[in-house]
Amino acid sequence: MSKTPDKQPGDPNTTGHSWDGIEEFDNPMPRWWLWTFYACIFWGVIYTIMYPAWPLVQSATAGVVGWSSRGEVQQDIVSFEEANAPWNARLVETPLEEISADAELQQYAVNSGGAVFRTWCAQCHGSGAQGATGFPNLLDDAWLWGGSLEDIEYTVAYGIRNEESDDARYSEMPAFGELLEKDEITQVVQYVMSLTNAQSDDAAAEAGKVVFEDNCAACHGEDGKGDVFQGAPNLTDAIWLYGGSEEALTETVTYSRFGVMPPWENRLTQAQIRAVTAYVHQLGGGQ
Amino acid sequence: MAILDKHKILETNATLLLVFSFLVVTIGGIVQITPLFYLENTIEKVEGMRPYTPLEMAGREIYIREGCYVCHSQMIRPMRDEVERYGHYSLAAESMYDHPFQWGSKRTGPDLARVGGRYSDQWHVDHLRDPQSVVPESVMPKYGFLENRKLDGKYIGDIMQANAVVGTPYTEDMLANAEADFRAQADPDSDYDGLLERYGDKVSVRNFDGQPELTEADALVAYLQMLGTLVDFSTFTPDASR
Repeated sequence: MSKTPDKQPGDPNTTGHSWDGIEEFDNPMPRWWLWTFYACIFWGVIYTIMYPAWPLVQSATAGVVGWSSRGEVQQDIVSFEEANAPWNARLVETPLEEISADAELQQYAVNSGGAVFRTWCAQCHGSGAQGATGFPNLLDDAWLWGGSLEDIEYTVAYGIRNEESDDARYSEMPAFGELLEKDEITQVVQYVMSLTNAQSDDAAAEAGKVVFEDNCAACHGEDGKGDVFQGAPNLTDAIWLYGGSEEALTETVTYSRFGVMPPWENRLTQAQIRAVTAYVHQLGGGQ
Repeated sequence: MAILDKHKILETNATLLLVFSFLVVTIGGIVQITPLFYLENTIEKVEGMRPYTPLEMAGREIYIREGCYVCHSQMIRPMRDEVERYGHYSLAAESMYDHPFQWGSKRTGPDLARVGGRYSDQWHVDHLRDPQSVVPESVMPKYGFLENRKLDGKYIGDIMQANAVVGTPYTEDMLANAEADFRAQADPDSDYDGLLERYGDKVSVRNFDGQPELTEADALVAYLQMLGTLVDFSTFTPDASR
């Protein structure tokens, strides 16, 4: 083991500390490091003056630039609202039917309405508006409550069968399990299946026609074509919200269905509601 | 310098160094944390907040048990994109009765701070049973078993008592009627006047999962449907300077 060399001529001084014979050179800190350190201290002091920082007795210093995270997001939202304001004003003022005639406005409505749809509507109706079991497809021609611009706007604003809005569209199919005998339900299901030319038992369907006329025709119509004023679906178009199999239809008749849509009048602005209306209407099925 | 010579005492005594290090860290902590408890602009009183009803509390326990928080946060940050997507940014007071809170920014699934009222009960039931049936692109696992697990609310009073100990203002009346309120909220045919009297008229009383039995799905949907709905932002404007 070689002995630790002693201090050589030209070496810097030591700090004077000595631990078990180990000494430490007293080299100055690098200048660039030192100046960066001073700059950070300076910046830190300036920062606490500019921005909210020091806790005092009642409140903290607010900072001379008056920044707050809430104020910033508010400003951000307002700047976008201002940029869109002329468009939104036009959207609200223009009668719904005339929006599509104005190509620019229609483009704005469809693009902003598409964004609204993907944010608020897609979870139930699907990101492509294709729907899911129990949640209507908005691309086809079948509309439970009407597919005109006015109808769609009303549905979006007030929803369907919800508790929040007094203006919600409302109708309720009875649970026929409590009203009809089991074989009557079987018969009426066969009849409904025969309406769409699905394979059905002719004799049962014949008997089911009577059951249908006595119990179902008031809402679904004598011909089973439904009634948009009551949200009663057309049973002849082979478009099924809850499935068109014998099993699914039996469940629907026995326990009924009660699809709910929330109202959006308080969550979306009027312009947003009209934009999403225009968007949904132009998807393909609008009337 | 004299002070540096004194410092040498600390440097040469490990235990003393530890004690003084701890002291310094404590002072730093006190300076940073204590003001938050008394500064007026960090404590915001917000209208509409109430403790969870027994059924919602049970739903919240299930939410925590199933680890929903691993993918879903409940904190809408004050940023425009979040406000556009999820609704008004969250206020601290909105999680004042959360033990523990559900804040975060880990969003494998969407933030749920304002999920209440956004979807129908049926959607929640369908979605819990098979998320991909309504959202095909979802990566959420299935929770259909919740519909099969019945709840009797036997211990809900104890859970509320535990929350009361850590500061949730449950009254004697609320604690005494916990089990009755628990059942009443999921049964629209019951006598739920007491529940509304104790927790306010805005409490939703419904059969949340559509089944005759009171199940974990009822409790979870009841909880999800009230999230973020207590503060009415049409009448309450938060102070922008906070």
